[in-house]
Amino acid sequence: MKGDTTPPTSGGRETRPPAVSFEDIEKGFFGVPVLKRVRFSAQAGRITGLVGENGAGKSTLMNLLGGNLQPDSGQLRVNGSPYAPRGSGDARAAGIAFVHQELNLFPNLSIAENLFLTEFPRAAGGLPWIDRRKLRDRARHLLDQVDLAHDPDTPVERLPPGERQLLEIARALGAQAHLLLLDEPTTSLSVRECARLFDLMHRLRTRGIAMVYISHALGDVLNHCDDLVILRDGEVVGRGPAAEFTQERLVSLMVGRELNQLYPVRTPPPVPADSRPREPLLDVRGITQPGRVRDISFRLAPGEILGVAGLMGAGRSELARILFGLDPHASGEIRVEGRPLEGGPRRRIREGLAFLTEDRRHEGLCLEASVADNLALVTLGQHARTPVRWLDLPGIGTAVARIRDALQVSTRVTDAQPVRTLSGGNQQKVVLGKWLLSEPRILILDEPTRGIDVGARFEIYQWIHRLADRGSGILVISSEIEELIGLCDRILVMRQGELSGEFPRGEFNREQILAAALHTSTS
Amino acid sequence: MNPAVPVPLRRLSADARAAILLPLVLFLLLAAFTPGFATAGNLGNLVVAGLPLLVLATGQTVVLITGGIDLSVTAVIGLTSVLGALVMSGDAGWLRGSPAATPVALAVMLGTGATVGLLNGSCIAWLRMPAFMVTLTTTLFMGGLAVWLAQRQVHAESIYNLPAAFLLLGNRPGLAAGVAIAAAAATHLLLTRTLLGRWFQAVGYNPRTALISGVPVGGTVVTAYVLSGMMASLTSILITARLETGSPSHGRTLLLDVIGAAVIGGTSLFGGKGTVPGTAAGVLFLALLSNGLNQLNLSDFFITMVKGAVILMAALLDVRRNRWARES
Repeated sequence: MKGDTTPPTSGGRETRPPAVSFEDIEKGFFGVPVLKRVRFSAQAGRITGLVGENGAGKSTLMNLLGGNLQPDSGQLRVNGSPYAPRGSGDARAAGIAFVHQELNLFPNLSIAENLFLTEFPRAAGGLPWIDRRKLRDRARHLLDQVDLAHDPDTPVERLPPGERQLLEIARALGAQAHLLLLDEPTTSLSVRECARLFDLMHRLRTRGIAMVYISHALGDVLNHCDDLVILRDGEVVGRGPAAEFTQERLVSLMVGRELNQLYPVRTPPPVPADSRPREPLLDVRGITQPGRVRDISFRLAPGEILGVAGLMGAGRSELARILFGLDPHASGEIRVEGRPLEGGPRRRIREGLAFLTEDRRHEGLCLEASVADNLALVTLGQHARTPVRWLDLPGIGTAVARIRDALQVSTRVTDAQPVRTLSGGNQQKVVLGKWLLSEPRILILDEPTRGIDVGARFEIYQWIHRLADRGSGILVISSEIEELIGLCDRILVMRQGELSGEFPRGEFNREQILAAALHTSTS
Repeated sequence: MNPAVPVPLRRLSADARAAILLPLVLFLLLAAFTPGFATAGNLGNLVVAGLPLLVLATGQTVVLITGGIDLSVTAVIGLTSVLGALVMSGDAGWLRGSPAATPVALAVMLGTGATVGLLNGSCIAWLRMPAFMVTLTTTLFMGGLAVWLAQRQVHAESIYNLPAAFLLLGNRPGLAAGVAIAAAAATHLLLTRTLLGRWFQAVGYNPRTALISGVPVGGTVVTAYVLSGMMASLTSILITARLETGSPSHGRTLLLDVIGAAVIGGTSLFGGKGTVPGTAAGVLFLALLSNGLNQLNLSDFFITMVKGAVILMAALLDVRRNRWARES
């Protein structure tokens, strides 16, 4: 990609103080240290990558800069002057702006209104109403800077996720920000949208804006950042120019041990396709739902791990929701071991289906409920005795404890703790755990490792293998082609609601898969 | 963050179980400073007066746990009372004098609450209407219907001359207490030990997650409102028997107390969390507060003001509790 523009070294960078510096910052919650003497800085006109596993302290650092939390000790400086924010207003005044993975835009308001929400241009003479024309002109000026060609009056809900991300940056520019903090901005973006975002970041760099870029996508970090800071357990375990790092070194610094491989080896090796039983586990025939998916047919064999690649909006999650009975389909048929599959999620769970959705916080978990209650939720019915469906509490406790130990959910986590307080990786393990307890025969996983650190990813892959070895069929949807190549026996590609390619293992090719996702079918 | 609240107090209030301590503290304060408060007679009155509220608030707790709210309970009390009296009253009842009058009346009364609950729950679960709007409008409808029925049948709002068998529930405080406590205890077991209880919680925490995890969300929500309606009917039975009158205006002042008792007892207005013992503590707290302030010869208006302030504080604590729990 376009990461080759040399960052400006002129302009007396050596004499200018860093845009932001953390000086021996410490922070703990109820005696547990989260940041330990963290010391690093980000320079103006450079992109500083901040990487670390979930729970390494990245979010806490961002909360300190945003004024949501105050450090226990140490000093923050912005452009050399001490900076002690007490809230988001202080951060804004200091020229600091945040671009989050969960977008902070109001979809019902227009682009222009979102850009100037905090300071609408007033009418002349100090009258308390808004000067609409000035609002539109200024909005258009900002949109030009991020290459968005929309009318400023367009409601934000009409923009795709990638353009919303650019809009967030435009808002930061409008607030005269000189320091941009980008927290996982690419998680919901397609490949092309990512490229656009990185282009913009490179342009902002030449304008002297400092950027801190947080991401789990290590390839992007290495390609687009000038400096790197690696956090582990609240400590800076490595920093320096990005050119001095490789992906392997980053991973080993992040997890504190050498990881030989990103994907586990399957033992025993998967059964070759021709010697599998005739009867497919899942047989999908001509599923069509106008506006979502068209004429989707495929089979899933017992023990097979089948990947579904494609861009955002290609209809992959929509297909999964139809398979699980959450959304209707106009025509086509779904059969499990020859029997037609009908009804809502409840009936399909009884048929052996399980569905880990892409939205873990809103669809996978009850965030305020305890770890134990979340783990038990799917299988509660198995522990209920008629006539009043009285619960066998010791039985539930045993099942929960068994799966918790098997999943190696962090030992610092107690059963009674709300899952909200867990790191992303542990939360995903809880979602996986509740489905594992139901011993599914068909497991649908939608972006199972999104926003999850390297160590937890590996463990989730191992579980997928184990289930496949037991004869379950696994359908994995992922936006990371490498992940599908590393994990799957076969990969389907979807484009604009249709199947546009199929690749058996051995014919996996990143470029061809991407081509099938982007252009006309190659198969 | 609120640095003004010391950490130990914060931790205590962050734990919803601390609600059980509230009535105890208030009791000790009142016993120390209010003459005539800690007498057997007064305390007995206080408990008997609190029984209907206990039943009603228990039902409300279930609905609040599912993340809803049932504002129609007071209208259900009025309608149930009128319908029951129209079945069994010796003056104007359809079954006047018949030995079947009392059992049929009881069945009609419980059926009234169940029907209103079914109507509420169906609008909320299947038609996806907001709970407060549905139950607020059914309040208007049922309240009007109760008055209209009473006026049409007896040309007055109150219906007297109820059968002796029915009035036993009012004459014998022990029997009323037994019924109320049994209803609360059964609900407690339902919430903590049965599948349905867990479903109520899951739906309240996150209906989308619950649906995907195989919980029949619609049916669970409807059941909660049916249960709340039946609890309101049972409340109406206790009140009607004690006052020996069927009237559409019974229970009219209870709405704030019902939601207040649940919230003081640690039930979250955001759904998912709530216990019957907590609600019982909230009921006891409010009963002690009214009684104690009464003993101090304070006016009803003043007592209502104090109650309002206390319940507002409890709602504030509910919001804060979520934040404090997050920081620890």
